[in-house]
Amino acid sequence: MPDRVAPGAAHQLVDRLFREEQGRAVATLIRVLGDFDLAEEAVQDAFIAALETWPARGVPDNPGAWITTTARNRAIDRLRRRSRLSEKIERLGREATESALRSIDADPAEDAMHIADDRLRLIFTCCHPALAMDARVALTLRALGGLTTPEIARAFLLPEPTLAQRLVRAKRKIRAAGIPYRVPPPELLPERLDGVLHVLYLVFNEGYSATSGDSLVRRELSAEAIRLARVVDQLLPGEPEVLGLLGLMLLHDARREARVGAGGELILLDDQDRSRWDRERIAEGQALVRRALELGRPGPYQVQAAIAALHDDAVTPADTDWPQIATLYLALRAMTPSPVVELNLAVAMAMADGPAVGLAMMDGIAASGELERYPYLHAARADLLRRLGRWSEAATAYRQALELTTNGAEQGYLERRLGEVASARAAEPRPN
Amino acid sequence: MQYALLIYGQERSEEVPEDLMAAEYRAYDQFTRYLRERGAMLAGEALEPTSTATTVRVVDGKTLTTDGPFAETKETLGGFYLVQAADLDEAIRFAAMIPGATHGSIEIRPIFNVPYASGDSGSAES
Repeated sequence: MPDRVAPGAAHQLVDRLFREEQGRAVATLIRVLGDFDLAEEAVQDAFIAALETWPARGVPDNPGAWITTTARNRAIDRLRRRSRLSEKIERLGREATESALRSIDADPAEDAMHIADDRLRLIFTCCHPALAMDARVALTLRALGGLTTPEIARAFLLPEPTLAQRLVRAKRKIRAAGIPYRVPPPELLPERLDGVLHVLYLVFNEGYSATSGDSLVRRELSAEAIRLARVVDQLLPGEPEVLGLLGLMLLHDARREARVGAGGELILLDDQDRSRWDRERIAEGQALVRRALELGRPGPYQVQAAIAALHDDAVTPADTDWPQIATLYLALRAMTPSPVVELNLAVAMAMADGPAVGLAMMDGIAASGELERYPYLHAARADLLRRLGRWSEAATAYRQALELTTNGAEQGYLERRLGEVASARAAEPRPN
Repeated sequence: MQYALLIYGQERSEEVPEDLMAAEYRAYDQFTRYLRERGAMLAGEALEPTSTATTVRVVDGKTLTTDGPFAETKETLGGFYLVQAADLDEAIRFAAMIPGATHGSIEIRPIFNVPYASGDSGSAES
């Protein structure tokens, strides 16, 4: 006999369960129904039913299974109501769907494999390359993440109707264009898995970059990306890039508390109170990176995770293993060449081999003009010029960076440095 | 499901050497045979260039014809296939096999089953 619970406690339980279980229930129902909306509505019905009955009758032994079973029954109800209005032919289809719905085994032990497959299929559907990137992100969060439409809208600073419209269009395209609901065959898997990881990384970064927006919802986004990466890792075990991405996210997330000051301002890596880093997350992230690299199929996420692991390892900024980080950036550049990777490589080389080496590389990037509007190029160049005592060039570069940066904490840093080089320049004997 | 694979690209110009054109036609022929063999081919045609196009509008019951395509664009519709495919992934695979995909682009459009159609074509059911 299940225990009775206070209404408030039941509410909390249902809330938590919604996050954890709605994705599973929706995934299972979508497999059977081939219809996102009907599946989502039925699952929503089930959660409402839970709120209504659990406080009085107690929480069932297996709440997740209860949700799936109830959602299945509600889907059957909704189908019947719909088909009352339609033709005989549709009834045939409905009966087939109903029997498929009944065959959903809600016993978690026996159905664990099925549920796992359903969720994996749904992830690949939501992240299909035929959908626009913003639609992939929204769908993944909505269908798998258990985030509500208002929550997602708030996280992306979008009006709710805009986001709702985006979801409607994406679901319509899935149906009308025949985007398959399945795990891609082996020949497509690497490419499609890349796509899934890209979506998760985007979600994480959206929640991590402290540019603006509701910080609680942003934290939720990062947590969701990590949770979904864990799901993908469970469902497709032994994929090194999945381990790499999960590790990368954990290793960054470990610094979350230290990178924002009391006033909400961003604190740069060098100035962070490293005692506030989450050691447990770092240990888990580092273990993941090791496991990934042992599989012998390196990829960009693994390399970036390894770089983050080295940063997290340093007790003080001076302890950072820059030669090793430079080597990793060389590897990353070979995999995914880009001016930003080149710039990071230049910074690492400057730290490992002295500012002159890094400056030569940065001058090359600056000459190409590709990062003209990128404040970090000018800021990094300015730092090296300052270390070389080339005060007036450093001042020019700091000013260029200041013009481009919008982040208050970074502006403060740049202004402080600009002041330093200006007074150093004034103190110097001037040649006539 | 049924999909239209619309082949967009630069218009054929007179300057393309004949042997290159011949190779292109052979490649199309091969792809068409591939579709036929697996029962995926429903229709497919190449189109004469847009210089031969005529655009028609009916305004207030009057038929207005103008010379040329509806819109002047850099890439024009040069041909199409109508295929039967299991899902979008298979349609994408077919589209990527079309020779024009390497020097133009293929737009995949699912066929819309018009409700209340008279049904004399009868084969719209997938």
